[in-house]
Amino acid sequence: MTAKGQGRTAFAYLAPALLILGGLLAYPIYQLVLISLYDYGQEQVSGGAPLEFLGLGNYRNLLGNQQFWGVLGQTVAFAAVCVVGTLLVGAFLAILATRVRTWVRMTLFLAALGAWSTPAVAGSTIWLFLFDANFGLVNEVLGTQGFSWTFDKWTAFGLVAAQVIWCSFPFVMVTLFAGIKAIPGEVLEAAALDGASAFRTAWSVTLPLLKPIILVVTIQSIIWDFKVFTQIYVMTNGGGIAGRNLVLNVYAYQQAFAASEYGLGAAIGVVMTVLLLGITMFYLRALRRSGEVL
Amino acid sequence: MRLKALVAVLGVGAVVACAPVQSGPTSSGTDEQTGQLRVWLFDEVNRGPKEAVVKEAISEFQGKHSGVTVDVQYIQVSSRAERFKAAFSDPKSAPDVAEFGNTDLAGYVSAGGFSELDLGKWDESKDLVPSILDTAKVDGKTYGVPWFVGVRALYYRTDVFSELGLKPPTTLDEIAPLARQIRQKKPELIGISAGGKYLFAALPFIWAQGGDIAKQDGGKFTAAIDSAEAKAGVAKYTELIKDDICPPATCAGNGGDASVEAFRAGKAAMTIGGDFNRKSVDASSAAGKYGVVPLPGKTKDSVAPAFAGGNLLGVMKGTQRKTLANEFTQLLASKKYQQKMYTAMGNLPTFSDVQKQVADSDKFLEPFTKTLQAGTKFVPVTPAWAKIEAQAVVPTMLQEIVTGAKNVDTATADAAKTMNAAFTS
Repeated sequence: MTAKGQGRTAFAYLAPALLILGGLLAYPIYQLVLISLYDYGQEQVSGGAPLEFLGLGNYRNLLGNQQFWGVLGQTVAFAAVCVVGTLLVGAFLAILATRVRTWVRMTLFLAALGAWSTPAVAGSTIWLFLFDANFGLVNEVLGTQGFSWTFDKWTAFGLVAAQVIWCSFPFVMVTLFAGIKAIPGEVLEAAALDGASAFRTAWSVTLPLLKPIILVVTIQSIIWDFKVFTQIYVMTNGGGIAGRNLVLNVYAYQQAFAASEYGLGAAIGVVMTVLLLGITMFYLRALRRSGEVL
Repeated sequence: MRLKALVAVLGVGAVVACAPVQSGPTSSGTDEQTGQLRVWLFDEVNRGPKEAVVKEAISEFQGKHSGVTVDVQYIQVSSRAERFKAAFSDPKSAPDVAEFGNTDLAGYVSAGGFSELDLGKWDESKDLVPSILDTAKVDGKTYGVPWFVGVRALYYRTDVFSELGLKPPTTLDEIAPLARQIRQKKPELIGISAGGKYLFAALPFIWAQGGDIAKQDGGKFTAAIDSAEAKAGVAKYTELIKDDICPPATCAGNGGDASVEAFRAGKAAMTIGGDFNRKSVDASSAAGKYGVVPLPGKTKDSVAPAFAGGNLLGVMKGTQRKTLANEFTQLLASKKYQQKMYTAMGNLPTFSDVQKQVADSDKFLEPFTKTLQAGTKFVPVTPAWAKIEAQAVVPTMLQEIVTGAKNVDTATADAAKTMNAAFTS
């Protein structure tokens, strides 16, 4: 078979996957970009007003808005805290799970899966009940009745971050646990025979072997935590007092979709997509440079 | 590189060639006299009595028109925006007649959702209270019939007031000192339950000082929230959400429901509540020990202009049964059925004579009808208002002030800027 023929065959095999990707990913993104170039509100959607091509007008509007930059910074910081927290808690519990007896591990996994499978809205609402100013269990235990956890900007962010970590660490824990378990015993044994300390084994043997898995869970966590909507929307009642707990997704919803400014909303969507793609690319390149096979 | 060029050409071609989809209710020429008339009404916490009245109207209507059935769907108030947007975008799923909030009117009309009504041939329409009928108009054209009206007044705890030897306030300026005094003597009580997101409680304070949200000049709106009068009103209202009256940690995040809820729970000595809150307050710990007076205005014994809330009934533009839809709207909004709706749900009628009739028979309504007679006001009638509301411009402004993030001058100036951007877009 010629090289050209081989290429064709490969393409034929890939075609179904490409078709699905094209339909589910490329087309919506194409529509998103298209809408972001128009003044596209409810009047335009339902035909009450003519379409107006704005070009980059929506983007200029957005990038020139001070609040957008504030919210963006807040989102990045919030996502960073959530990602780091999720990874730390997940990794710690994954290591713990490899060291404890079976029934303890089972209990830990069941509890984690419970948190994982709780729908975001239900989870957020339950946390709100727990932290309610007057009737919440937490205030009862701490003896701080009447203290509002959601009023102050930082306690509100902290509470939401804790909730986000609570419902996303199980994924990290389960994945890392599987990764640790998959490390061949001989490798660890060899390290032990060479006289490596526990720390040295973890740092020079386990960690490098886990790198691909850590990569996956980190990127996943970044994407999830950057896109947080439900927890902020439910727990801070749509972005907190005077909107001081807004993150990008909630901001996009409030400024664009609730206000029927779909063009502007699409522009925010495009900016978010570009940002997340950028973060992912950066991360992938950094890993490739460090010699990882992808 | 050939591939890249091809993609680029295709991309540019696609962007130029296609535009986002548009659809819409182009009013169909047909006007069928039989078939199914679809009606959307709002769901309520206690829908039974409303449903019974509506059923009565339907059987009367179906009795008069053979071959016509009326199908009523009760939609959630909280998801109404999505439902109506979907209905405007897809006429096939749209109703013929719908109930909707009067603050949503301008947005719906500019979306091309509702058709203009000709009330001239309808005798009863001349008794509609003019200021209430105004809430159904955009640019002088009527797009709905006011079905009921809701106004707010000052609820206060009679037991607390008599225990402390106090009298309800007679001017707006008296409210804050009075509330402060109550909280001082009874620290477990909120002086007056006001909310940082309670727009309709804040508006009368602004209006009473002679200010307004925006002013209209030749069809164009400009923000007036940063005028001296409006700022005085904003300052008067935000003064209430302070630790010595209604602590921001509890009150800053509250909207209307949560503000009234504190009063219901017996935790507040006063609040601003509507005639529509009566049943829920009567079913609470404040039952039997509260009174209502009109929210006082700037001068002694005057009434602060209240926000004229309420719902309208309108005919959708895409309807294929225009005549039937109009007739059903007029039947359901008629004096007879407004009277029945009042008995069933406590909804205040929009006809002056029916209003007087129910007020005479029910002492509770007096402060509310007094407020209505004193003159009510409304939010700016422009589609931009829906945007300003969705973006929570005024609540954000109030919250910025009560949390000390901004002072009155800066917060109102910033809000005015955001509003003007919406008005001119």
